Amino acid sequence: MPDIASGTGKRPVRRIILDAGIAAAVVAGMGVMRGVYSNELMLFNFIVFLTLAQGLNIIYGFTGYLPFGYVGFYGAGAYGFSLAVMHLHVPALVGMAAAGGAALVLAVILLPLLRLSGAYFAIASMAAAQAVYEIVANPDLESITKGPYGVSLSQVFAPAASYYAALAILAFALLLVVWLRNSRFGMSLQAIRDDPVSAAMAGVSVVRGRTIAWLLSALVAGLVGGVFAWHISVFYPDTAFDLSVSIFATVFLLFGGATTLSGPLLGVFILYGIYNAIGIAVPQYFQFTYGALIVALVLFLPNGLASLLTRRGIRVP
Amino acid sequence: MSPEPLLKIEGLVKTFGGFRALDGVSLHLHPGEVLGLVGPNGSGKTTCINVISGLYAPDGGSVIYAGRSIGGEKSHRLAKSGINRTFQSPRPFLSLTVRENVELAAHYGDPKPGFDVDALLALLELDGYAGRPAAELNSAQQKTLDLARAMATEPRLLLVDELAAGLNPAELSRMAVRLRALAGSGMALLVVEHLMGFIDKVTDRVVVMAAGKEFFGGTLADATRDPEVIRVFLGGGHHG
Repeated sequence: MPDIASGTGKRPVRRIILDAGIAAAVVAGMGVMRGVYSNELMLFNFIVFLTLAQGLNIIYGFTGYLPFGYVGFYGAGAYGFSLAVMHLHVPALVGMAAAGGAALVLAVILLPLLRLSGAYFAIASMAAAQAVYEIVANPDLESITKGPYGVSLSQVFAPAASYYAALAILAFALLLVVWLRNSRFGMSLQAIRDDPVSAAMAGVSVVRGRTIAWLLSALVAGLVGGVFAWHISVFYPDTAFDLSVSIFATVFLLFGGATTLSGPLLGVFILYGIYNAIGIAVPQYFQFTYGALIVALVLFLPNGLASLLTRRGIRVP
Repeated sequence: MSPEPLLKIEGLVKTFGGFRALDGVSLHLHPGEVLGLVGPNGSGKTTCINVISGLYAPDGGSVIYAGRSIGGEKSHRLAKSGINRTFQSPRPFLSLTVRENVELAAHYGDPKPGFDVDALLALLELDGYAGRPAAELNSAQQKTLDLARAMATEPRLLLVDELAAGLNPAELSRMAVRLRALAGSGMALLVVEHLMGFIDKVTDRVVVMAAGKEFFGGTLADATRDPEVIRVFLGGGHHG
């Protein structure tokens, strides 16, 4: 690649510092909260959704593909971790590598889905996730996956270590998004999203760009699924492949604003905060509030909270 | 003019289902030459550009560029090897700034090291909008940005698809001067256009197409006197 005489073209260092600062603050904050707040599972779930929303941001925010079946990678990661721990008796960290590997393998198998677009892609990805669930939950495979009866991983149960591993994965996902927002590669992905034909004429390999984004997004979800299995240690296939995981991550991302770093973070903190505040105790109010919020979002802020500023020409970190 | 054509198309065929959009088109283009491709709507002009630029794979015939066959090659590879194009409706990256639009092509399109994005923006009078999102440009400016994106890859062959449509007379004159200047620098240009005044100012010769075939090659002045060309443009049914 040539050096390009630039000047104004260089990504301002200040932008990168601001993005990285937000990422660091969120990771540090979630780390500190564990010592302050006693409901560790709730904090852990926050980390899970903070990470999944950013993972989804990589594929949707930067390429425009919205996989409703994103949970498939999460489930593949959870079972990649579980199978490695149960059958190969590997330590948890090696199991995490298996989690990421399982999601990547699934992503490679599903690469042809990228030939679809829009609603067709969204639905096909959901069907693919359901297909993986059906395989994992098949009672005939009980000797391998434990079928519908769920897995128990008490031999690696380590709430503190898995919590901090989840934080590390969150940091990884945030750094990926910071990189995409401030690199030419990320810019090429946005160009592909805007117009793949024009992007190709700019010399950008559309297939390569989409493939990398797809694999990175799947990897993030797979790692989150793996750390979920590690932290929870007892779970069932319908938990690991629960479609509401996809829906939550999607709504959080869209509510905050895709392509930004802070949008999905805000989406999770606000909406998952509301869910935890009223969703469990008074689910009927929660469902009403959630439904009203989503309707308002679609009607008034289709590009999320971040668009309140971006439409005024203000760059949102 | 170089004796060897930079682009040589022989018997090019492109079909969509049972429809032959290109039905054996042949043409050639030398470095520094501007060839106009004219014909009624649906005659296959844009399809021809789409095949040369890798958007469609040909179903027959050959496309030879700089001595090698490029039929069916991917667009991004063609862009790196010196073929670029503009689009009938401009297709900028709307979420990127004007400068980012050009910078991206200058990064991935493999121009010579040290390519000056700012100088190109100044040349095309887009420097005042460099930091603005491309979505804020008007249609004429977006067309110019399309041209800038193409030029940032330093093409040897530029395919210009109805760049003049929608431009006012002053913009038309400036665009004609720009295209002639590009040809003066050795670039070969294939210009699809309906505005004959613009074609007259810009091209060295024209190829007239109808129903997926070329049936006239020569100067625009000769074309306007050719009874077959007149029949195709003014009515009486398609050639062939």
